[in-house]
This record gives sequence, C-alpha cells and structure tokens, in this order.
Amino acid sequence: MAVVSRGFQGRRRQPGAGLVPPGQYLVDDFPVLSAGPTPEVPLERWDLTVVDESGAVLARWDWEAFLALPAEDVTVDIHCVTRWSKLGTRWRGVSVDTLLDGIDTDAEFAVAFCDGGYTTNLPLTDLLDGRAWVAYGYEGEALEPEHGGPARLLVPHLYFWKSAKWLRGLQLRAEDEPGFWESVGYHNYGDPWREQRYWGD
Amino acid sequence: MDTPTPLDGNAAAGALGELFAFDITAAVATCAACRDPRPVAELRAWLDAPGLVLRCASCDAAEVRLVRAGDRAWLDLRGIQALEIGLPAGP
Amino acid sequence: MPAPTPAPARWLVATVAETVPETARAVTLRLDVPGWPGHRAGQHLDVRLTAEDGYSAQRSYSIASPPGAERLELTVERIDDGEVSPYLTTVADVGDQFEVRGPIGGWFVWDPADPGPVLLVAGGSGVVPFRAMLRHHAATGSTAAMHLLYSARTRADVIYRRELEELAGPHRAVTLTLTRETGPGWTGRRGRVDADLLAEVGWPPEVQPRCYVCGPTPFVEAVARALVDLGHAPARIRTERFGPTGSAGPTGG
Repeated sequence: MAVVSRGFQGRRRQPGAGLVPPGQYLVDDFPVLSAGPTPEVPLERWDLTVVDESGAVLARWDWEAFLALPAEDVTVDIHCVTRWSKLGTRWRGVSVDTLLDGIDTDAEFAVAFCDGGYTTNLPLTDLLDGRAWVAYGYEGEALEPEHGGPARLLVPHLYFWKSAKWLRGLQLRAEDEPGFWESVGYHNYGDPWREQRYWGD
Repeated sequence: MDTPTPLDGNAAAGALGELFAFDITAAVATCAACRDPRPVAELRAWLDAPGLVLRCASCDAAEVRLVRAGDRAWLDLRGIQALEIGLPAGP
Repeated sequence: MPAPTPAPARWLVATVAETVPETARAVTLRLDVPGWPGHRAGQHLDVRLTAEDGYSAQRSYSIASPPGAERLELTVERIDDGEVSPYLTTVADVGDQFEVRGPIGGWFVWDPADPGPVLLVAGGSGVVPFRAMLRHHAATGSTAAMHLLYSARTRADVIYRRELEELAGPHRAVTLTLTRETGPGWTGRRGRVDADLLAEVGWPPEVQPRCYVCGPTPFVEAVARALVDLGHAPARIRTERFGPTGSAGPTGG
C-alpha cells in the first residue's frame, strides 16, 4: 500500500466537503423528488449529445460509446434545496471535462436538457475542472430510473436541482437561459454555501 | 421503491387557493402544447418536487409551476394557453 | 353555474372531541374548530402538525362530515411508515390540538341543487368524501338518485359499514364489492369494479348521470376509463386521486 501523506486532500475536493451548508439537515435515505413521470427510454434509443444554440450536434454518444468513455468513481456530498443533505454519496460517471474535450466553443453557458422536458442552466465553467459528471452508477449499482437513470448530471457544488435527472445532453450557449426551476423562482446559480435558493437571495 | 404516482389538481387546490381569489381547480385549462382542455382539478399533480407542477393529462407538458418560499411565491402559467373561469351569473 | 368557492384563509385550531375507530386501520376524528367557515360535501382540508422544535408536517384529508354537522369529521387511514397518519390514528386523543385550513377544492363537490342522478365510485379510503355527500343528501331530503359503489379489500376494510346500511333509502343505494375477501360468510359481491359492474349499478349515458370517482390513482384511472368506454361524457365524470397511500398529501401518509 502506498504511503498516505497526512493532510493531503487532492485537487478535486468539493468545497465544504463533510460539512452541512446553512439551513440543511442530514438524511440517511435518498429522497425521490419528482416533477413529472419517470421517463422510460430503452437504451437502444438513448443518446447523449452536446449541441450548440442552433441545435447542431457537436458530439454524440450512444449508450455503448458512452460506457466506453473513461469513467471515474467519486464520493461527494449532495445538497437539495428542499433542505436535505446527504454526505459521502458514491457515484460512477464520466467527467464533463471528458465529454467536452476537443469541442471548440466560445460558449459561456450551458443548458442541460433531459427526457421529460426538464432543463437547468449553469455557467460552462461550473461544468469543468472536475466539478461535474454524467453519472450512471450510484453506490455500486446502475443508477435507478427514479434517481435519474440511465444517466444524470452530477454537479455537487450546487443545489441538487442542477444535477438534472434523465440527462440527454448539454446545449452550449453564448447567453444564459434559465431552466425549468430557475425561470420560476429558484436562484439562477444555486450555491448552497451562500444559501442561494430563490431569486434575490 | 414504487414509482411516485401523481395526484391530481384537487391536491394542489390548497396551495393554489393561497394565491387566487377564485377556485382555480374548477377552471378549464387549455394546454399550450397540445390544446387539451381540462379542469385544473384533473391535471396530474407532482407535489413533492422543489415546487408544485401540474401537467397535462394528455401530453404531460408542464402547465402550472408554483414555487413557494417563506414570504414569496412564483407562479408560471405559460403551459396554459387559456384558462376558462366560471363566474356566477350576474346582472 | 356553481358559486365560486372563497379562497381558504388561515389556519384554525382543531381540538379533538372524540375518536371513533372505524376499521383496524381507520379512525374518525370528530373535531371542534371555532371559526370554521363551513364547507360543501366533497371538499377537503389541510391538517398541520407541529412538533415542539418547530418542525411541521402537512397532509390533506377529505372532510367526512356533511355541511352543517355538529362537528367537523375526518376519517384517517393509518399508513405504517407515514408521518402524519400514525399520529392522527394512534396518538391523537380527546383534547389534543392541531391546525386545519380549509375548505379546499371546488371541483369534487356535490350540492343538493344538482338534480341527479349521481353515481359515486369509491376505492378504499376514497369513500370518505362520499360519506359526506350521502349524509348531506339525507340531511337535505334530496330526491336525486344517488348510488355509491364501494370497492374494498375485505369485510374488515369496509369503512362506515353500518352507517352506509342505515343511509340506504328510496333515493340512496349502496353496493359493496370486495376484492380480497375469502371468508365464506360474505354473500355480497366479489371482484373489482369493472365496466359490467358500472353498467349494472349506474345509469346509461343517455341519462347523463354525474359520476364521481375517488380512491388510489390506479383505481380512479381504471374506473374513469371504463366509464368513458361505456359512453359517459368526460365532462360528467369528476375524479379525485389519492396517492397510493390513500391520502391526498405528499407521498407517504
């Protein structure tokens, strides 16, 4: 076994890892919050795309190609705007850095789009530098449909509504476009450490 | 775990009743996506999301979105093309 | 045109005056609620419980009592891992208090001004708002034909069994069907509510009965579909879906 260097935590540490953000409480289970019916997409018809504002496809993976991408096992804390937090959740997924590698873009924003019509928006930088994944495994098993399977976005440094379930792609945009919840009261950015839950927070 | 099954607009009547001076659940909403007309009471209600969502019973498009903070609420009715509201017959 | 329902206002304090066990899992709470503005048969209300540390939980329950009853009544079915129903069914006792807000819902209501006939189709705890309608029908001496078709699992699961027998009369009928009863002593109907039973118990579409369907979501969807398939206009069918747990609040009772 390699020598462990005391105090070394590595580059990709989640801000505030192990701590509970203001206004949150810890849970042991994994609550399911649904804004609509669980989509059922056969894997043969599933794909993940990166598109630009006009809809032009910049990259595309079917399920086999997606699973063939280099993946990581990560352990992160997740914080839902409805105030529950779950520490130390384990996921397997492809880093968004990997997905966007080789795509040339001036876009500063992204919109994640999903089966069922859900969308959420983020600055593109919040998807990069090891801060976001497209996850397909949870706690050692395939991600269940009720938790967003086959694949969901995972952006643990923001409130969990940004970790869009049933992800089908990322649209890269020059301008920001508020998503499903951001356009009706939820904070455009959603940093749990600054308690950015609603507009004006 | 069972897939969450939706309730209907009756279950949203309390939350919506805080905002409207009339009973919206009896009003007929025409879906902006597919034009299906239906009383709001018959829309599919998803209540345990970060907000309340009422969806078209025919095409599942989101017709009503309601977010409630402590002292504010936001309401998005873009998914409704038009709302037909019954009024008492008057002079 | 029905009168608009006033928007529900504030939370009111409800004090438990009596608890009445209905079945092994269901309890009727009789409440005193000063300031209760009155309600229509079929409406529901919100119940809010608050713990000492300020944590609160809220659920919706159909009002089981008719307009004008001496006390406001709720019938709650206990969900084992629920948050609110175990309190209301096993802990709440005479003198205990919680908050209620209502009345809520202007869609799923019946008024005596409707000339009828009326078909009420209940699955499990979906019978609760229909008890309010039947009692209101009786109290107002309505002559509209009203027939309740009530599907429950076993004899022991039938809520208001004796009361429903007493409510039957020249203009009110009750038909029970049990889906899981295996005991030999039951001579009534068995089996689910299907198109044949609806056609037998209800009225043909030309009569244009009002149909109300209440219960768990899958039950309501199946019965509503069967009524439409029988030729009833969707506009004549009103539905209220309870979650799989039987309460109309967030999932989990």
